[in-house]
Amino acid sequence: MAQAFELLLRGDAETWGIIGRSLSFSFFATVFSLIPGIPLGIFIAWKPSKGRRVLASLIHAISALPTVVIGLFVYAFLSRSGPLGFLGFLYAPAGVILGQFFLAMPLVASVTYTGLAKLDPRFKETLETFGTPLLFKFSATLREAKTAVLSSVVLSFGRVIGEVGVSMMLGGNIRGLTRTMTTAIALDAAKGEFERAISLGLVLLLIAVAVNVTVNGLAAHGR
Amino acid sequence: MKSSQRRILAVVVCMLAACFTAWAQSPQNGQPTNPRIKLATTTSTEQSGLLAYMLPVFEKKTGYKVDVIAVGTGASLKIAEKGDCDIVLVHARSLEDAFMAAGWGSERRDVMYNDFIVLGPKNDSAGIRNAKTAKDAFAMIAAKKAIFISRGDNSGTHVKEKDLWKLASLAPSGTWYKEAGQGMSQVIIMAEQLDGYTLADRATWLAVKGSAPGLSIIFEKDTDLLNPYGIITVNPAKWPHVNIAGAKALMDFFTGPDGRSLIESYKIGGDQCFFLL
Repeated sequence: MAQAFELLLRGDAETWGIIGRSLSFSFFATVFSLIPGIPLGIFIAWKPSKGRRVLASLIHAISALPTVVIGLFVYAFLSRSGPLGFLGFLYAPAGVILGQFFLAMPLVASVTYTGLAKLDPRFKETLETFGTPLLFKFSATLREAKTAVLSSVVLSFGRVIGEVGVSMMLGGNIRGLTRTMTTAIALDAAKGEFERAISLGLVLLLIAVAVNVTVNGLAAHGR
Repeated sequence: MKSSQRRILAVVVCMLAACFTAWAQSPQNGQPTNPRIKLATTTSTEQSGLLAYMLPVFEKKTGYKVDVIAVGTGASLKIAEKGDCDIVLVHARSLEDAFMAAGWGSERRDVMYNDFIVLGPKNDSAGIRNAKTAKDAFAMIAAKKAIFISRGDNSGTHVKEKDLWKLASLAPSGTWYKEAGQGMSQVIIMAEQLDGYTLADRATWLAVKGSAPGLSIIFEKDTDLLNPYGIITVNPAKWPHVNIAGAKALMDFFTGPDGRSLIESYKIGGDQCFFLL
């Protein structure tokens, strides 16, 4: 265990590259997932019709799928023998980010939707009554549901930074290109280099804690 | 905008800028037009450390960047069939021949060989230490129902293992025969944890044996245990997007004087693990 800490502090360039890569892949995937995810969540919460409730269940189900399953489906599309092969995303950072996007997006939508469902219904009525423009409705809703939105950011970032199924399948764990903390841990554990695996695991843990603390702090400050 | 929001925005912008700078690769003079080569290969070539030893020399000399996808022979050939890599370095002659016959590869060359060994618990519960041949050793393991860990993943090692069972006229099954579906190092560690036997290539064993102190080589040096590696460029007639210039350059490196001297000089703990063909 002490060796693990020592490895961390010595910090070679490759290890820091792996950490930086994990952070940037997951950061981009999370940010991109917010763009369709939050509006989708708001859309479902706004008029709870039967159709939208079915959509909500579908999104809940997808957000709980094992990462290898999502990785497999995206792989089928991104392979050269698949329809989107020409993009050249497979075994490259873009593929990992796309896969993680599909992990994060349903989670963002479902958490946003759940959070909004708890909103005071009079808020929605007020917005509807005055015939307010869509953009204002959207930004007002966002402000009211700030906690829900921030939670969705934290949860989706957490889901993607700690996942290995998508990264392994779409990234190929290529040294110097798509090796992330989780795939590196998997490889180190496979090679019996447990000390290195543990040191990366500690970094992952620290990041998860840091993200949680930061966002919860933001939420508390905003209230 | 409140000052706290401004701060958050500033942080986000800085992070974005940092990420993009890290990614932006300014083109250097003298670099090949398509500098990335995707090499699909076995877990043994990567986990033994051979590629980490050889590829930096190649990359420095040519300006190419090799992306290594280490999955196992069967999977590597399948990846090539789907057009997702440019070149493969594998070790299962029967699979390689089928691959070439189907037209997926444009050229195949011999590279090197190492040998397979049978690892087992130090007490050799199945008594194979004095077996005459590899297939006899396997027959004894099956007879005693000693725990045997199979790669189970269509890797070169797995193909060789299946060949040996066939030579011994056996179809192994039962709780003693565990098909792991994992890479070589993992299977070696599993064999040690379960006090079982397994077939491994010498190079990976040398690289990993520190993590498996309870195991040792129980049987070795049979002509059936020779393990030759081949390198095959993917056929651009099947997949036009293939980086054939890069693949050819990498193949030339492995089979040319520079690569060959590196292969010969690669040692783990003072032992040479790959031998020239």
